[in-house]
Amino acid sequence: MANTYIQIGSTVTIGSGGSSTIDFTSIPNTYTDLILVMSGRLTTSGYDGTPWVVGAISLNGTVIASGKLLFGTGSASGSDNNAQAAFISDTDATANTFSSMSMYLPNYQSSNNKSISLDVVTENNGTASLLGLQAILSTVTSAITSITLTSNGSGAFAQYTTAALYGIKNS
Amino acid sequence: MPATYESIATHTIPSTTASYTFTSIPATYTDLVLIVNGKNISSDQGLTCQVGTGSIDTAANYSCTYLLGSGTSSASGRFTSDTNGLIGRMGNDNSTSIAHFMNYSNTTTKKTILSRGNNGAYAIAHVVLWQGTTAIDTIKVFNLTSVSFAAGVVLTLYGIKAA
Repeated sequence: MANTYIQIGSTVTIGSGGSSTIDFTSIPNTYTDLILVMSGRLTTSGYDGTPWVVGAISLNGTVIASGKLLFGTGSASGSDNNAQAAFISDTDATANTFSSMSMYLPNYQSSNNKSISLDVVTENNGTASLLGLQAILSTVTSAITSITLTSNGSGAFAQYTTAALYGIKNS
Repeated sequence: MPATYESIATHTIPSTTASYTFTSIPATYTDLVLIVNGKNISSDQGLTCQVGTGSIDTAANYSCTYLLGSGTSSASGRFTSDTNGLIGRMGNDNSTSIAHFMNYSNTTTKKTILSRGNNGAYAIAHVVLWQGTTAIDTIKVFNLTSVSFAAGVVLTLYGIKAA
């Protein structure tokens, strides 16, 4: 039986100049599900002093706009109707620490809204960290051919941020 | 690279139905991953399972701890000596549940299931303990109440090999 967990394209590694976006384009229709993983950090400080900021995820150019966030920070927990996704470590996080994110998008070729499971952590051995579980619903009903991660602010993805996309086949 | 993430079986619900059962799951993997994507015919419900060896264990051999967020509040709770174990969440909008059945084929230990549920109402995580020590070769998936799956729900079971 064939291996069904296959990398699509190449791993994106951000260079010294930084980048405000990470794009995966021309995603083939040969898989059933997609998994996107990112090790990320931004070049800016968040607005509230926490060591994380929100990024944005777009499917086929449409920013995801609906989600339920369940979070813990080490001192508090809660839930939010968070319309944005992909929390990323910022410059308030301990130096050289990068957040980790895993996003699972099943049936990406379907004509339904897309339901996404996303887990993220920004552990940095500091006074606060964020562990987030997100249930995301995208209104995009066409087959997904592109995914874009955006730093969503004045900063950029820092050098050594990496992202990789994998395809899963159910047959 | 050896093939370590293999599709064991996939099923698309053809018409409204209350459950689906995977049978004859081979013992040749280390872990199982179940992906359920689709919607119910009506309300938001907990997605649950019963497992067994050769048949489904319907006895009170399941316990579960959950953590959920509704968008406005968070909560955690437990069920013990239950007759099924929660593995996700389904709603009347497109929903995704992911369940990991660890070391499912060993014949020594009780089995743990870690899962994530995602729909328009909740982000939720569960851990389930099934108190059987036999290898799991049967998994029944259904909603906690009698709410049925809508046509088009896709259930896929993958096998993970440690080597």
